[in-house]
Amino acid sequence: MEKKFLGQRIKRNEDPRILTGRAKYMADITYHNMLHAAFLRSDYPHAKLNSVDISAALEIPGVIAVYTAEDLGDLWHPGPVLVPAPHSIPGIKANSRTQIPIVKDIIHHQGEVIAMVVAENRYIAEDALAVIIVDSDPLPAVENIEDALKPDSPLVHEELGTNLATYVRQERGNFAEIKTKADYVLQQRFVMDRGGAGAMENRGFCANWEEDSQQLTIHCNTQSPSGLRNSMAAWFGIPEQRVRVVVPFVGGAFGPKVMTNQPEEVLCTFASIKLNRPIKWLEDRSENFIGTTAERMQVHDCEITFNKDGKVLGIRDSFLYDTGAFNPYTATIPLNTQTHTTGLYNIPVFLTEFTSVFTNKMIVSPVRGAGRTYGVFVMERMLDMVARQLDQDPTYIREINLIPADAKFPLETGIIAQDFAQFVLDSGNYPAVLKKAKDMIGYDDFKKNIQPKLRAEGKFIGIGLVLFTENTGVGPYEGAKITVGNSGKVFASSIYGTQGQGHFTVFAQIVADQIGCRVEDVIVETGDTDKFAWGTGTFASRGATVLGNAYHHTAKLVRAKILATASRLFNVPEDELELGDGVVRIADVPEKFIKMGDLATKANPMRGTIKPGTEPGLEATGFYAPPYGATAYGAAAAILEVDPISFNIKFHKFVFVDDCGTVINPMILDGQLHGGIQMGIGNSYFEKLVYDENAQLLNGSLMDYLIPRATDMPSKMEIGHLNTPSPLNPLGIKGVGESGTIPIPPLYCQAIEDAFNLPGLFISEVPLSPSVVYQLVENAKSKKQGELL
Amino acid sequence: MSDLMDIKVTVNGTVYQRSVEPRMLLSDFIRFEIGLGGTHVGCEHGVCGTCTILFDGQPQRSCITFAVQADGHSIETVESLGTPEKMNPLQEAFQEKHGAQCGFCTPGILMTMKAFLKENPHPTEEEIREGIDGNLCRCTGYQNIIESVKLASEKMSHSGSK
Repeated sequence: MEKKFLGQRIKRNEDPRILTGRAKYMADITYHNMLHAAFLRSDYPHAKLNSVDISAALEIPGVIAVYTAEDLGDLWHPGPVLVPAPHSIPGIKANSRTQIPIVKDIIHHQGEVIAMVVAENRYIAEDALAVIIVDSDPLPAVENIEDALKPDSPLVHEELGTNLATYVRQERGNFAEIKTKADYVLQQRFVMDRGGAGAMENRGFCANWEEDSQQLTIHCNTQSPSGLRNSMAAWFGIPEQRVRVVVPFVGGAFGPKVMTNQPEEVLCTFASIKLNRPIKWLEDRSENFIGTTAERMQVHDCEITFNKDGKVLGIRDSFLYDTGAFNPYTATIPLNTQTHTTGLYNIPVFLTEFTSVFTNKMIVSPVRGAGRTYGVFVMERMLDMVARQLDQDPTYIREINLIPADAKFPLETGIIAQDFAQFVLDSGNYPAVLKKAKDMIGYDDFKKNIQPKLRAEGKFIGIGLVLFTENTGVGPYEGAKITVGNSGKVFASSIYGTQGQGHFTVFAQIVADQIGCRVEDVIVETGDTDKFAWGTGTFASRGATVLGNAYHHTAKLVRAKILATASRLFNVPEDELELGDGVVRIADVPEKFIKMGDLATKANPMRGTIKPGTEPGLEATGFYAPPYGATAYGAAAAILEVDPISFNIKFHKFVFVDDCGTVINPMILDGQLHGGIQMGIGNSYFEKLVYDENAQLLNGSLMDYLIPRATDMPSKMEIGHLNTPSPLNPLGIKGVGESGTIPIPPLYCQAIEDAFNLPGLFISEVPLSPSVVYQLVENAKSKKQGELL
Repeated sequence: MSDLMDIKVTVNGTVYQRSVEPRMLLSDFIRFEIGLGGTHVGCEHGVCGTCTILFDGQPQRSCITFAVQADGHSIETVESLGTPEKMNPLQEAFQEKHGAQCGFCTPGILMTMKAFLKENPHPTEEEIREGIDGNLCRCTGYQNIIESVKLASEKMSHSGSK
């Protein structure tokens, strides 16, 4: 395999446009006759809608149209299930309710769309929203997931007769049996809440229906261009080939932008067809907090059984999950929780069951980490319980329970994952990652020499070390088309969403290695369904793994065509040719070469003949489909100090070790981890969507919902790597996009507990905050000596 | 809405005369009246810093400033820095140190740092961290932004540029 660029720290192709303000995002999309949409959204989380009076809105100059549910006619119906339930798991219960584009009778969550205004500009459209009169009667709201399953609870979907959305039980071994054989059984309840994605760019959508050409062009910052094209084609009865989705530069996504069939998408397309004009909508930050998607709370009831020597025999985890008012994504998040709980540990028996619950809240979608975080949280916390029970060091308990380095990979876990395939650990060296993290953080030295001194000085300083896995790069597939052009530039198109991960560079590196050109001569395009039609989307840290291997495979096909064409041209065998520097040359005969662009011209002659049975041009299309996900893993470790007055946290040292197999670009890899860690810090100490008992969001702005700022971060995130190539794909890549986020909450808990060193301080709920930690510490101080939990 | 107001605003050295509604935001004026799309809008609450421009040389949130408040004043946007073919030292440093990922917050950070480095040409890492604390970035964890600004300060002191 040619590897000139793979693994190199190469500057990004996209940066000159991004850094000069020339990159075009959704807000920059414009047509001369474009109209602007704004949406009236429900203030109530649960209500009966009686009537909507739009007459005053229609009087405002510049208002073109106002639409309510009745205007949609037959186009008003619930959207499709985006991800089906894992029906192959025995005993599954699945109730599906997908969202509707605009409220007709019952309001199911705050932020649901009640009316749409189309106007000459956004200012006028919002003026019109203010004079629409909504008559509705509030209904009791379902807010708390534990209460939601009680017989007297109000119901989100009355006709279902229950708030249960999905129930899945999976068991490896027999937990009831192992429980009777263990020296210890500990129980604990855990609560973990996760918040919004908080991409700096909100959602945006522009539909342009052209009646004369019967063509629909959509611009959208979606993570799934093909999914969006297919869904709009189906909804409006247009052939996919007449629906073009174009994704401009995207200002971050992190999960919610993977959702398709969103109300605004359906309504803007509807209005564009109705008015035969382009309609654009840009979500504002307030809408983003109530009208898009986020992650949400899980409540876990756990048991861990173990012996005196610290070896864990089995775990039971029964948890509830808040899925919001509708569940188009069904069970991806809780399945991720199930698959990531026992992670890289050798836990012979594992019983995991979840009940996802409808509530009157915004819909849940994956957000970076996507369910894995909860599983890692409960596992790591339970190992800390074992360590405390046996008075052992937490890293020792981890060490003796890790899957050993000489294990016979691939290891089947028996647990079905989000791709409905069994979660398989494909490769790795787990003890090595623990050792590397311990060495980098200076664990033993800190515990033995440094911490006692600092404690004696009255400092609240602690250390933590946690481990995790990340199942990445799941199917079904991705594909690419690569063309060597007459200019010598290589055009490499696919249909994927790209939101800052450096795709324009990393895929160019992979392609350039095969074609023998410069990285900057490969033009990667990931966002236009007319350039390439086949693909699934950006989720599950699958870009580098799945699309990267598709690009690699396709570039090899083009390379073969280059060699065959040049071989005929020079009349020499292919193995005497070499590719590099944008030319094909005869090895050892430096003067005999042809530029790649000239070869492309010869491969596609305008007159004469080409060899029968061959294809014109230097172009190929190829696909890659993994059998199941490739599993990355790693460790996070920190030394942190808690200020005893403010309870703010200062990191003295922060270490992250990751094994994502083959590295394409180490600079971009570390950047992915930095950003992931930042979101993990948010999930641990800053970010929480706070709902009142009526399911009303109380902190819907960036003023109140805290995204970590520069001064909230460690002064240095030290990143270490192991590189165990995945045997699953030719490049040996495992994904990394979500790794940074996943293990941070239990790291905070362990290190904060260590900082205070109070027997009664055990943290079982996240996110934390200064006031929460203050209260936990005060409570712990008042507990009796020896009272552990 | 009528009652348009005539304003004269200097943007990146060029004087623009326009009639605008008093409620038009400066960010919308820059983007849609002048046609400079590099100034992005992230929250419209003045919190995230994405829309930061220089207003008479000082960093300011253009999303909570009205266009009419800029009458007679001078605005600098990201387009006043380098071009894709010839980036300025600050932009070059952001490319070398991978200080931008999705790039949405980047123009606001670049403009904030332009003013910061002018006042503080040899900053410590801690000073840079404080300096960008008013700008949210969701992709980078800020570490590479700080390294980019540090490198930019070195580049600028070597080249003697201001």
